[in-house]
Amino acid sequence: MGEPLVGVLAVQGDFAEHQAALHRVGLESRQVRRPEHLVGIAGLVLPGGESTTMLRLLELQGLRAPIAALLERTQDDRAAASGAAPGGSVAELPVLGTCAGLILLAREVVDPQQDSFGVLDLVVARNGYGRQIASGTFPLRATPGCEVPADATGVFIRAPRILEVGPAVEVLAWRGDDPVLVRHRNVWASCFHPELEVSHFVTRRFAALVRDRAAGVPPGAEHCAVG
Amino acid sequence: MTVSPAIPGFTPEDVRTKIGFCEQLKGGVIMDVVNAEQAAIAEEAGAVAVMALERVPADIRSSGGVARASDPEMIRAIQKVTSIPVMAKVRIGHFVEAQILEAMEVDCIDESEVLTPADEQFHVDKRQFKTPFVCGCRDLGEALRRIHEGAAMIRTKGEPGTGNIVEAVRHMRAVTSEIHALRGLDERGLAAKAVLYRVPVELVAWVAETQRLPVPNFSAGGIATPADAALVMQLGAESVFVGSGIFKSKDPSKRARAIVQAATNFRDPKVLADVSAGLGEPMRGLEVATMPDSERMSGRGW
Repeated sequence: MGEPLVGVLAVQGDFAEHQAALHRVGLESRQVRRPEHLVGIAGLVLPGGESTTMLRLLELQGLRAPIAALLERTQDDRAAASGAAPGGSVAELPVLGTCAGLILLAREVVDPQQDSFGVLDLVVARNGYGRQIASGTFPLRATPGCEVPADATGVFIRAPRILEVGPAVEVLAWRGDDPVLVRHRNVWASCFHPELEVSHFVTRRFAALVRDRAAGVPPGAEHCAVG
Repeated sequence: MTVSPAIPGFTPEDVRTKIGFCEQLKGGVIMDVVNAEQAAIAEEAGAVAVMALERVPADIRSSGGVARASDPEMIRAIQKVTSIPVMAKVRIGHFVEAQILEAMEVDCIDESEVLTPADEQFHVDKRQFKTPFVCGCRDLGEALRRIHEGAAMIRTKGEPGTGNIVEAVRHMRAVTSEIHALRGLDERGLAAKAVLYRVPVELVAWVAETQRLPVPNFSAGGIATPADAALVMQLGAESVFVGSGIFKSKDPSKRARAIVQAATNFRDPKVLADVSAGLGEPMRGLEVATMPDSERMSGRGW
């Protein structure tokens, strides 16, 4: 079996940076612009960009429903137990959403309110740290036991701010008192852009997750204490 | 793909935050808007950002006079109604207009030949600002001079306000072929190019090695149809600015949506055929070949 292939949503945004970041950790990727591009992927990245633009294009490209169905499966115990899923993609598909990608995954989006896939139990404020002038690189504070490097940083660009985190969602890292890196099962999401830093631990961890799932390693081993 | 190698003249933080901001706009359409109502239409249509200005280039062209940065009140009204990035233009070299836009927390500043130049010797020293800048170019030398001054994004100038794509194509082809021409040059060859382009040799060597610009390369100036957007993107543009082309057409909302779809499907002629159908009349457009030099905006800046 070759290296697992990761799909990167490429309707708009910094998908090329994600592809370059995945390439640096040894994973091949494919741009997802149409439903057929989802077939056979072993992981899915929802990149940074403008979430309003992506929402419109997800509809227009016919991607909204098939991605929603893939994300549903990441939440479903029975699908996880049944192993390989139709179309050759793995059950409990590893998903990484960064910035706009996190907004697309959140249960509720405010400032302004907008639609989303709703698979991560988060309330998120768009541009919650301010306009571009407030963008920058900030230190991350790790939840103990979560394998976040002590010197980790995050690049926040007109970043979303997480206002509420549901009980099932693990917080892996913080900016000040705000959660900025979260996980629920195989779905990871960050308010910052790991793809804009060289060999970021989030990209490496996501790659490890993709390889584990593609190789049939059962989920659960990498859990850390709930923050 | 900006993370390596290091870009001459840029701090790592500039690369991450300024160029990183511009990366987020890739594959998108940035639309000129003159009021809050148009900004709402643009966002609804899927624009990735709006450019707030008092008159679109076609109107600047027809009304004449000195074109300056927009009234802050108008920019604020647009910032209030939209959640996508708001950009605005300053005159070439007018660093105080830029200071004002930064104070207003505009997301990106366009030092633009569409406005009347304020300085015939210097462009704005863009490294002094925290706000990312976009600048126009007609060829590689002009692009590299702007990047050396701190521009985080480059766009072709095209010929604004004409609805005629010919100049944008000329400029995009010039940048691309001049990048290719750097391939395989030895040290003396690169040094000669650096003298010609009036930029440090390290910057020329970076482009020769990577075969691309160190910042996102967008296109502007004359895009009026979905096919125009796809044309410049197939020629290498990573996103498009549409000025007069949308709100000077018969059905701006429909045309805006179509151009947004064209930017995502720029290599898919079947989708381009679908989205190009029944858009109503495009902006009227101007012939550039017979236009006197004094009327050309792309000749402003150097």
